[in-house]
Amino acid sequence: MQTRRDTLRHASALAGLLATSGLLASHAQAAVNKPAFDAKTVPDALRAMGPGALTESRDIVLTTLDVSENGSEVPVAVSTSLAGVRQLLVLVEKNPAPLVAAFAISDAVEANIAIRAKMAQTSDVYGVAQMADGRMLFARKNVKVTVGSCG
Amino acid sequence: MTEPTRIRAQLAGDKANVRVMMRHEMESGQRKDAAGRTIPAWHIQEVTVLHNERTVMTAQWGPGVSKNPYLQFTLRGAKAGDRVAIVWNDNRGATRRDEAAVA
Repeated sequence: MQTRRDTLRHASALAGLLATSGLLASHAQAAVNKPAFDAKTVPDALRAMGPGALTESRDIVLTTLDVSENGSEVPVAVSTSLAGVRQLLVLVEKNPAPLVAAFAISDAVEANIAIRAKMAQTSDVYGVAQMADGRMLFARKNVKVTVGSCG
Repeated sequence: MTEPTRIRAQLAGDKANVRVMMRHEMESGQRKDAAGRTIPAWHIQEVTVLHNERTVMTAQWGPGVSKNPYLQFTLRGAKAGDRVAIVWNDNRGATRRDEAAVA
């Protein structure tokens, strides 16, 4: 007959096993800036990343398509020759959640990142450099999407 | 089961141009299945890049990164034979590390 003591001992052993195996996944979320990735607008996402002023800048080079026939894979590259870049960000204004990716870079890499992003529809795409002094410098380009994808 | 990340690191002077192709469904959480239920978001959420075991870049990703994510960046102070490692983890707790040498 299994006593209450046995049941409790088995339950705590199982919890311990689950915790060490990583199936209790809450710790996996801890390092990600969830508010920024849940934000529904570009200004809200950037505010969640940092309080600095948002300024359009010719020093930020955003390379992407004028027209995409495949909204599920739109190439986006963000680069700058400015020194003191802390993060490079990619946002798509009309996506359900605009923040696509945030790269925290060190001096050991160039401030130059390329990825492929999903675009739900024709939209402005933002490349943003968050500088060491807190400024958010951005370049923006409208990309037309003929076959959209965010789902 | 995770699938391997492909990494190509090409030396140009003292820099290495690195191109990465990860294998991941990157489910956005916006799609619905045939029964009308929302397919839950399942995507890489963090990426770490190491150059000779030193972390040089980290990234946070949302589901807006394309399926089978492509990433390109440039390492400074690289030499032939240097090790480049790419680590990712996803929002279900899976993780994967792959590495390649700078050629």
